[in-house]
Amino acid sequence: MMGLFENFFRAPPSKSAALAKERLQIIVAHERGSRRSSPDYLPALKKELLEVVRKYVPIDQSQIKVHLDREGGYEILELNITLPDEEQRQSQPRQSGGAGV
Amino acid sequence: MTAHPIFTYNFRDNRLATVIVVTSGKGGVGKTTTSASFATGLAQRGYRTVVIDFDVGLRNLDLIMGCERRVVYDFVNVINNEANLNQALIRDKRVENLYILPASQTRDKDALTKEGVERILTELKQGFDYIVCDSPAGIERGALMALYFADEALVVTNPEVSSVRDSDRILGILASRSRRAEQGDESVKEHLVLARYAPERADRGDMLSVDDVLEILGIPLLGVIPESSTVLQSSNAGVPVILEDSSEAGAAYNDLVDRFLGKTLPHRFTSIQKKGFLKRLFGGG
Repeated sequence: MMGLFENFFRAPPSKSAALAKERLQIIVAHERGSRRSSPDYLPALKKELLEVVRKYVPIDQSQIKVHLDREGGYEILELNITLPDEEQRQSQPRQSGGAGV
Repeated sequence: MTAHPIFTYNFRDNRLATVIVVTSGKGGVGKTTTSASFATGLAQRGYRTVVIDFDVGLRNLDLIMGCERRVVYDFVNVINNEANLNQALIRDKRVENLYILPASQTRDKDALTKEGVERILTELKQGFDYIVCDSPAGIERGALMALYFADEALVVTNPEVSSVRDSDRILGILASRSRRAEQGDESVKEHLVLARYAPERADRGDMLSVDDVLEILGIPLLGVIPESSTVLQSSNAGVPVILEDSSEAGAAYNDLVDRFLGKTLPHRFTSIQKKGFLKRLFGGG
């Protein structure tokens, strides 16, 4: 019975798609903001840094961490390189300084 | 079983196969339906095509392709060297040039290793023009493995809030965690497939329109697949819906494949079809 009444007297259909679009635009923009904080050049930057450091100290890929943070209007590039122990370093042959490939 | 080679090496040109992932984030939006029809369409047009089910533990592509009773070995068997590719690949009975590599039913989440997947894709690249990777839902290992090696991506989306949001999430993952992203190569080429579209509902303002979704996701539209009862009927029968070319969904998938291969075709089934008197009387569409 209620259903019948509702069908007769309900307001014209709400344009719910417009609401969906608006909500999506907000959430997607928000999520992109936090996600795409790492620009395209980061992997390449990391690779080149690795090559430079390797000229002097033997490290592998897992020992270099590059992280970009946004705080207010600033961007902070955080670079962390874990050097191997002194003993380890001495037991390993020092890599030649020439660029590979 | 006789072990005759079912795929031969392709020395026609030196171009290796293109790897295409069919992905979405959200489940139930039409990834497997799209993978099956897309791969079938490519093969119908003469390209040697293999479609791989990455949904380890929940194999389903075989059912949609109608070859579930011919599965002997699977993707994980090949990764673990328990079978070779020729033993595991299923040759499609309807369409020439089409092969299916079924998913494993194992519950082992770590069955897909990056090294294993890479080895098999490298081998497949020698014999095929297109490798279609049917991704599982979610953003877990199977989904990440399916997209990692991709050159191009079909992002399947429904005109519905959760699907659109998840697609955007997947686009972010393609841009940051694919091999192309990690190696700083040219980015994965993205295509939008808008599935289960009902133009009359979009027209009434009850459903996100094609333009709404395009505006939010901002990637090129490859095809709009209309909501259609034929999709369920074809899956019931194990026939990829693209083979039902008299149906709207089948026609839409055919257009989609042609567009992927470079043809310029207008998008159909995006506005209300005025049904004629006879059509209304006898149904159809």
